[in-house]
Order: sequence, then structure tokens, then C-alpha cells
Amino acid sequence: MFNISLFFQYASQYLKTRLTYRVDTAIEILSDLLFQAVNLIFILIVFRHTSFLGGWNRDEIIFIYGFFLVPYALFTSFFNIWDFNDRYIVKGEMDRVLTRPVHSLFQIIMERMELESLFGVITGLVIMGYASVNQGLTFAWYDVLIFMLMVIGGAFIYAGIFISIATIGFWSDSRTDIMPMMYNISNYGRYPVNIYNKVIQFVLTWILPFAFVGVYPASYFLNKEEWYGYAFFTPVMGILFFGVAILLWNVGVKKYRGAGN
Amino acid sequence: MSMYLEMIRVRFLMMLAYRTNYYSGILIYSINIGAYYFLWSAIYGGKEEIQGLSVAQMTTYVAVAWMARAFYYNNIDREIAAEIKDGKVAIEMIRPYSYLGMKTMQALGEGIFRLLFFSVPGMIIVALTFPVSFDASLTTWMFFFVSLIFSFIVNTHINLLTGMMTFFLFNNTGLIRAKRVVIDLFSGLLLPISFYPDWAQGLMSYLPFQAISYVPSMIFTEGFVGQEIYNALLLQAFWVFILLIPIRLTWILAKKHLIVQGG
Repeated sequence: MFNISLFFQYASQYLKTRLTYRVDTAIEILSDLLFQAVNLIFILIVFRHTSFLGGWNRDEIIFIYGFFLVPYALFTSFFNIWDFNDRYIVKGEMDRVLTRPVHSLFQIIMERMELESLFGVITGLVIMGYASVNQGLTFAWYDVLIFMLMVIGGAFIYAGIFISIATIGFWSDSRTDIMPMMYNISNYGRYPVNIYNKVIQFVLTWILPFAFVGVYPASYFLNKEEWYGYAFFTPVMGILFFGVAILLWNVGVKKYRGAGN
Repeated sequence: MSMYLEMIRVRFLMMLAYRTNYYSGILIYSINIGAYYFLWSAIYGGKEEIQGLSVAQMTTYVAVAWMARAFYYNNIDREIAAEIKDGKVAIEMIRPYSYLGMKTMQALGEGIFRLLFFSVPGMIIVALTFPVSFDASLTTWMFFFVSLIFSFIVNTHINLLTGMMTFFLFNNTGLIRAKRVVIDLFSGLLLPISFYPDWAQGLMSYLPFQAISYVPSMIFTEGFVGQEIYNALLLQAFWVFILLIPIRLTWILAKKHLIVQGG
């Protein structure tokens, strides 16, 4: 209860800081939209020259992209942990966080949230809607619940991977560039995994399971029965990866020595 | 003149001191090139060619586009925005050199560093991993380098303009991000311009962006031949000069408009 009210207080503070520079905030939301549009334009243009991509048609690929945007928006809104090492370990900000009586990871999530990224949820739903209408998909009432489960699972996978990498900072405060590398690898998950070779497919499924944020769960809604097994595994992977990340965090925090002054 | 050469040298040495960051950068670019390699292979399926480019040419196009990006890409828009915000720009303005000239020279130092320590080893890694052909003729290489220099200048011009917008917007991160996205799409980094529908190609021919990535990549993959090469280079040269006008005007306006927010 206390954590929830704390969350809303942080959120309202955040909105105040964003509204100080209104024009910039508006441009930032627009640039997010533009970024999402670019990937969509890429798909649209590519399908002017081909009709199938690894056995998937245009509307299916668009649907996968739309689905991907929803968990990704949740992730970028609440888990901005990519500069954790610079911001909290090297500058010693972690000392301040640790003196407060709330779980350290929860505080950092709140301090670093970027609520405007939630617009991605709307973009994702619109893109999925467009693709479903085009191919005449029908959904049952319980699909809404399954959708939410899959979205949360996907967001947890992202969060789990990035939090786990951030915890490296507890053991070594030297600069690593693994974070940006992860962002680039995560782009592979937006397209059907069967276009990659076996090694990449394995990595995207079991080691850095970005395929569970796009193609696997989306295949459930596209009635691709051969992928159902993977699709329903999405929430399990989410809980697994997020759980491991929290475990690593809790162990890591005890190792934290403080590097700032 | 020697002053500006010194700026290039200092930035080059600064980059050299932090060179470990670049080893992972090479890996990141290789990851991106790999992703597009698989994607394009799947897009081609069994097709011989799309819009006059074969799969092999397309793979080379992607690899060259990313490696060229290492040279022309820089963050001076971000640096200018930061210096305007913390007020450092006021000090820079009274110093006996052109502020924008200095920024350009720093960008060049960075670009030369990346070309030597990033593009060259990156090209070797990519050539070993993917079926890319770098066996272009000597004249093609020559045209490619001329075009690469133009693409650096056009991109730097656009970065200067974006950075200077901070004078009027005060906080500029959104515009800088938007500019990056627009350049990725309209410069031909992600997709060759010839893949776009005709109306979009028409629109883009009025914009400076294809001078950044499409022209050097097409020259290298020999997607442009004969007269097309000269036309493309002329187009780049045209934008190099035309963009000087808005830069001048913005700078004059900005000097009158300067509000230092801190420092």
C-alpha cells in the first residue's frame, strides 16, 4: 500500500518536471512515434518487393511488430536501467538510495521512469488492430487476458535481462558496453526467428529470449499452431528471467562498496 | 589553419585514450549488419534481384552503409546542446576562432579515428563472417572516398543546425532523437532509396538526407555506374554549399537570442 502511494507521488513529480519543457516533451513523444513508424515503413516497403518473409505474410509481420511494441513500451517506461552503472555506481548515487527504507531496485525504477514511453502501447494496439482487420482475425473474450499475460511476460523478460546486466555494476564498476549491445540484439526478436540460422535461433529462445517478446506470443493470436508451445511459455520465461534478475540484484546489493565520494 | 588542425589532432588523441569503448562498438555494428544480412536473405527468398541489386550487392550495401556511418556519424549536436545549456557557449563565442568551425574539426578528428580504428577492423570482421565483396576497382574506391567526405560534411551541417536549435528550444533532446531517426530512414541506411515508392523517392530527392548514406553505398556496390556517379557527387556538393546558408542565418539569429541558462 505504502509502495503504491509512493509510486503515484513519484509519477506526479515526474509529470511536473516534464511539463516544464513542454515543447521538448511533445517533440520527444513525436520522435518516439517517428521511431516506431520507421520500423513499420521498413516492413511496408520490404513487402512491396516480396510477399513472404520466411513463410510469414505482410500482415502477420506487421502484427508481430505491433505486439512487440506493447511489452517494449512497458519496459522502456519503467525499466530505464541501462545507465545504472554510470549514474548510480560510479557517481555514488547508490549510497543515497540504500539509506532509504524502500527496496533499492523499486526506488531506482521509480526515479528513472519515463511515462511518455507508454504512448507505445497505443501505437502497438493500433498497428495490431490494422493487421488483424486486414487478415480478418477474430478473438475470443479470454484472448484479452492471455494478451495481458503475454505482454507482462514479455516486459518481464526484457526487464530481467537488463536488470541482470545492470547488476554486473555491483561486482565491477569499470565501463562495459554490454547494454547498447543488448538493445541491438533485441531488434532480432521483432522478426520471425526461422529466418535466422540455428545458433541465433537458440540464443534468441533460451539465452537472450527476445523471441518471446515478439514472434512467439504473437503467433498465438495469428493462429500459428506450430508455435503454440513456445507462445504459452512466454509468461514462464518472464517470471523465470525476472526472478533470477531480482535474486542477482539482492545478492549484488550486499556486495556494493560505494565508489563515489 | 594550424589551430584547426590542432583541434582535429586533440580530438583524435582523446578518442584514442578511450579506444576500448570502440572494440564493443565494432561488435555492435557487426550484430546490426548480421541482423540485416539474415533479414535481406529472407526478403530475397529465391529472387535474383530487386530494383537492380542482387543479394550479394545488398549485403555489401548494408555492410558499407554501416561502416561509412562510423565515419560520418558524430554527436556534435548533443555537445552543442550541452554547451548551450550550461552556458559554456558564451565563453566559446569570445574566443578567437569560429565556434562552429571548432565543432566541425572535432567531429572530423572523431571521424578519422573511427575510420581507422573502427571501420577498417570492422570491415575485416564482416568480410570474414558474411559473403560481402570488397573487391571494387580502384576508381570505385576513389569515388567512394570523395563521396564519403561529402557525406561527412552534409551530416555535420545537419548536426550543427540541430545543435543550434537549442538556442531557441532550450531543451533539445527530442529534436536530436527525431533527427537521428529521420536520417536513418531517409539517408538510405536502412533501405536503398530505390526501394521506396515513386512518390516518396520524388519527395526525398528534394531533401539533403540521401547525400549522407545512399550515395556512397550505391557508388561502392556499383549500383551507380557512369554518368550516375557524377550526378550523385554533384548532388552531394550542391547540399554541402546550400546548407551553409541556413547555418549562417541561424548562427546570426542565435547570437542575438542567446540566453544562458546556467553557469
